[in-house]
Amino acid sequence: MPDTFFYATEVMLNGLMAGVMYSLVALGFVLIFKASGIFNYAQGVLALFAALTLVGLQDGQIPFSHVINAIFGTDLHNFGWTLPAVVAIALTAVVMVGMAILIERYILKHLVNQEPIILFMATIGLAYFLEGLGDVMWGSDIKKLDVGLPQGISETIETATYNWFGYGFFIDKLDIVAALVAAALVIALTLFSQYTKYGRALRAVADDHQAALSVGISLRFIWVLVWSIAGFVALVAGIMWGSKSGVQFSLSLIALKALPVLMLGGFTSIPGAIVGGLIIGMGEKLFEFSIGPMIGGATENWFAYVLALLFLVFRPQGLFGEKIIERV
Amino acid sequence: MKMKFTALVAAAMMAAAPALADLVVPNLSYRTGPYAPGGVPYADGFQDYFTLLNERDGGIGGEKIVVPECETAYNTEKGVECYEATKGTGALAYNPLSTGITYQLIPKVTADGSSLYTPGYGRTSAANGKVFSNVFNYPANYWTAASVAVNYLLSENGGDLKGKKIALVYHNSAYGKEPIRTLEELSKKHGFELVQLPVEHPGQEQKSQWLQIRREKPDNVIMYGWGVMNAVAIQEAANIKYPMDQFIGIWWSGAEHDVLPAGDGANGYKSLTMHGTGMDYPVYADLKKYVADAGKGAGAGDQVGTVLYSRGMYAAMVIAEALRNAQAIAGTSAVNAAQVRDGFETLEITEARMAEIGLPDFGQAFKSTCEDHGGPGMARIQQWDATAKKWNLISGWIEPDMDVIQPLIMEDSEAFAAENNIEPRCN
Repeated sequence: MPDTFFYATEVMLNGLMAGVMYSLVALGFVLIFKASGIFNYAQGVLALFAALTLVGLQDGQIPFSHVINAIFGTDLHNFGWTLPAVVAIALTAVVMVGMAILIERYILKHLVNQEPIILFMATIGLAYFLEGLGDVMWGSDIKKLDVGLPQGISETIETATYNWFGYGFFIDKLDIVAALVAAALVIALTLFSQYTKYGRALRAVADDHQAALSVGISLRFIWVLVWSIAGFVALVAGIMWGSKSGVQFSLSLIALKALPVLMLGGFTSIPGAIVGGLIIGMGEKLFEFSIGPMIGGATENWFAYVLALLFLVFRPQGLFGEKIIERV
Repeated sequence: MKMKFTALVAAAMMAAAPALADLVVPNLSYRTGPYAPGGVPYADGFQDYFTLLNERDGGIGGEKIVVPECETAYNTEKGVECYEATKGTGALAYNPLSTGITYQLIPKVTADGSSLYTPGYGRTSAANGKVFSNVFNYPANYWTAASVAVNYLLSENGGDLKGKKIALVYHNSAYGKEPIRTLEELSKKHGFELVQLPVEHPGQEQKSQWLQIRREKPDNVIMYGWGVMNAVAIQEAANIKYPMDQFIGIWWSGAEHDVLPAGDGANGYKSLTMHGTGMDYPVYADLKKYVADAGKGAGAGDQVGTVLYSRGMYAAMVIAEALRNAQAIAGTSAVNAAQVRDGFETLEITEARMAEIGLPDFGQAFKSTCEDHGGPGMARIQQWDATAKKWNLISGWIEPDMDVIQPLIMEDSEAFAAENNIEPRCN
């Protein structure tokens, strides 16, 4: 078979892998939207903040050291120890839970029963606040994130495909790990929401929060819970994207990659986030491969949105989203 | 009470505003946003050099230099706002470290009479002083960089690039597209094939481009990137096992934070540089003594000696020399914007002067004239040693092919002059 066919297949496979990375970010949006109807603009920044905190803890960096040094004339930068990746990840998860509690206590609690647009605006404010906080806490330089994830070409796949087809496929080991992690995350979230008490409470709030309140489910606790889970998902996304490009401010912009995924997959469906990610990833890469060269390339960013809009025309609620019918 | 408040505000304003005779050089910096990792060290180096002159020499010609900082976040609109906010302070020269901001400021500085200094960035054809009276981009620019890269590859390939394939991976912006015309002309001249691979802002996802490189197997890759795009490109190159010593970035793709995230995979990566690397220059001892140890360093003080810190310092040094030259020409220490522009236009920096400043062999010697605001356009090649985590200079100064570039500069600047009804000067 001609090389072009194999190359197109390779592009498609890599598109699917990239799509999984987008899905990891989209999952966080879905969780919060599903449980509270809030479109969390800060999800990308949460991923950045989580990754910054993880690297900071791992490297023993003193938070706010720039501020401390400026005020007290000290020269503090590091605690002088490094933490194993697992410990640092666990501690970061604790920080994200703490953040969820603070967000609920100081923002969401005061906005109960407000219009969704007000809550959306609050998350915009939160995003900018967290960006600044992350910057002040950990600095704005690019940090290397190393939690032991493999990276680079999978030679096993390259050799095997070369032996079979005479064309060695490129698949990044990090992308394979991301796919496995995403699968594990989806399974865990599904099991949690179907088979645990808190998961059922979460679903009850998602279906009808007034009814859930009437049977004694604490809305405040559910919000803390869902923001904690979204924080953990953000941490996972931050680890994957941070391992790929280093931890730096642009990490927050990965949210832009998640938006077309949500538009396509639906804002309320976890499988939708995964399928949407796969379609967007594959679609944008194949478009760049086939049409990109004819129109000057760099089509991926805008084509993802075109693809999502096309789907929206036919299914406004997204592929897996719930159809909203309002009776008057 | 009201009077007390008014007096307090007036006192605060007087304290904040520069004294009339101060030399004001605003620092349009970006310490926030996606491009902050590049903006912070540059701004620190820029600020620290002027602090050094103030602390060690009492300023320039007895005049203190005031460097009000304004945050642009690498955003063109904010950059223009910063210009408008600072121009009333007696600002003499601007160095915004952004091609987008530079394009917006060119007509403004020309109308207001101040100077725009854009070393290695900005509008390349501003090298033609006949058209761009208030813009200076010596010692090198985007087009000379592309030519230097090709000349380096020529030297690596026995002077012949016929039949070779060179890929250009570029930031899909006005900046990233700058070298295309030059490289197209050079590909015609030297017979190599040019493959163009644009990368969308911010450059976090480049899988398509690097799969294409893996497939097309170019002999060399030249990169015009900035921000996270650089780190991702170097990581992706390592992932596909592209030979790093065949991968050359422009000077905006050759800082420590571009290569460190890729770890050992970045070993051997090359980039152009328009100045020396490392801290083995006497000026660093003075910076330590008068700035860092005195607690007067800019930012967190953790960027000293990095590539972009050195570049910010170099830009400040050239501006300081232009101010000094302006004072000499005008016969007064309290120079105004018009006199500083003259200082830039007649500036000569010799190797002897560089040594005197404490930067021997750090930058190329150049002489500006009414016609030539662009300098010789030379650059050196530096290579990353991942084990030692440092850049090493691996070439001397390489000249660009001005036979190709000069006509392009003339064509572009003359078109600009025609569009804007500018009467060429220097006749």
